[in-house]
Amino acid sequence: MDAKFQYLLRQGDNALILSQQLCQLVGKGPALEEDMALSNVALDLLGQTRMWLTYAGELEGKGRDEDRLAFLRDAHDYRSCLLVEQPNGSYADTLTRQFLFDTWHYFLMDGLTRSSDERIREIAAKSIKEVTYHLRRSGDLVVRLGDGSDKSRAMMQTALDELWMYSGEMFLYDEIDNAMVEQGVAPPVDSIRTQCLDHMAEVFADATLTMPSPEAWMQRGGKQGRHSERLGFILAEMQFLQRAYPGAAW
Amino acid sequence: MSKEWPLWEVFIRSQHGLAHKHVGSLHAPDAEMAINNARDVYTRRNEGVSIWVVRAADIVASSPLDKESLFEPANSKVYRHPTFFPMPEEVKNL
Repeated sequence: MDAKFQYLLRQGDNALILSQQLCQLVGKGPALEEDMALSNVALDLLGQTRMWLTYAGELEGKGRDEDRLAFLRDAHDYRSCLLVEQPNGSYADTLTRQFLFDTWHYFLMDGLTRSSDERIREIAAKSIKEVTYHLRRSGDLVVRLGDGSDKSRAMMQTALDELWMYSGEMFLYDEIDNAMVEQGVAPPVDSIRTQCLDHMAEVFADATLTMPSPEAWMQRGGKQGRHSERLGFILAEMQFLQRAYPGAAW
Repeated sequence: MSKEWPLWEVFIRSQHGLAHKHVGSLHAPDAEMAINNARDVYTRRNEGVSIWVVRAADIVASSPLDKESLFEPANSKVYRHPTFFPMPEEVKNL
């Protein structure tokens, strides 16, 4: 039971932290249309967060709801992967982070629609409609900017080279992931990893970008609660209101 | 060439059976992105089932200066409106 609780936190925390990061770009997008699109993605992810954390709280059975899990946990209790806490940086950084996440997210949700857990199947079925669009959008933009001007290609390649080491953590299964696979809750890592790498290779080829080696050394630790200091700053902003005024509500 | 993305006019069909209706405009580098952007800017609240985008530059419009010669002659010709026929009660949706 604890393994599944942790697994649900991982899903919810990934969506929550990425959503919070994208929300920091509201009003700062490179064009009005991009601004709206990013906000839409952020809202989609927040909606998914609510479903994951609500289920996690119910499963835990200690009376913690989505809000308590989101706003009253410290960084070391967060189970998001390191990729989502990487800074927004330039738009090339934001976009590359999004594409790496969307690719994995899409194939994971696809796998989870066949989970042995009915509730997870439902959440995945609802999420995958949104994630399909996220992936289509970020992939399209990666191709446009990669195969764009010399400057945009250089920025995209730099972003990709810098973020690549955070792209492997999702495929490094630990005992929690493995327990979920054994119970039929989560899909096995091999199929997802192959699908993801194939899709990335295709998009990066279209984008005329050089895909770094999938065998490169990968950063890890976020899923187990070992984060960079950045997550602390993200949470400080996100949780401020509940910390300063406990129980404040609309 | 202008550095601005070209302007596109967006038309949304809110449900099957209705016509596409002009909802506004946006900037995008090409048609595909115009559709994506229209989806993000104009269908956030479940407004539509179909999107059309047309480059604003491709729309041919009548001139406001021609308003009188184009439209005013119709004003004095009430017989063009089918208001003089009694409608049978049984016929609905007329």
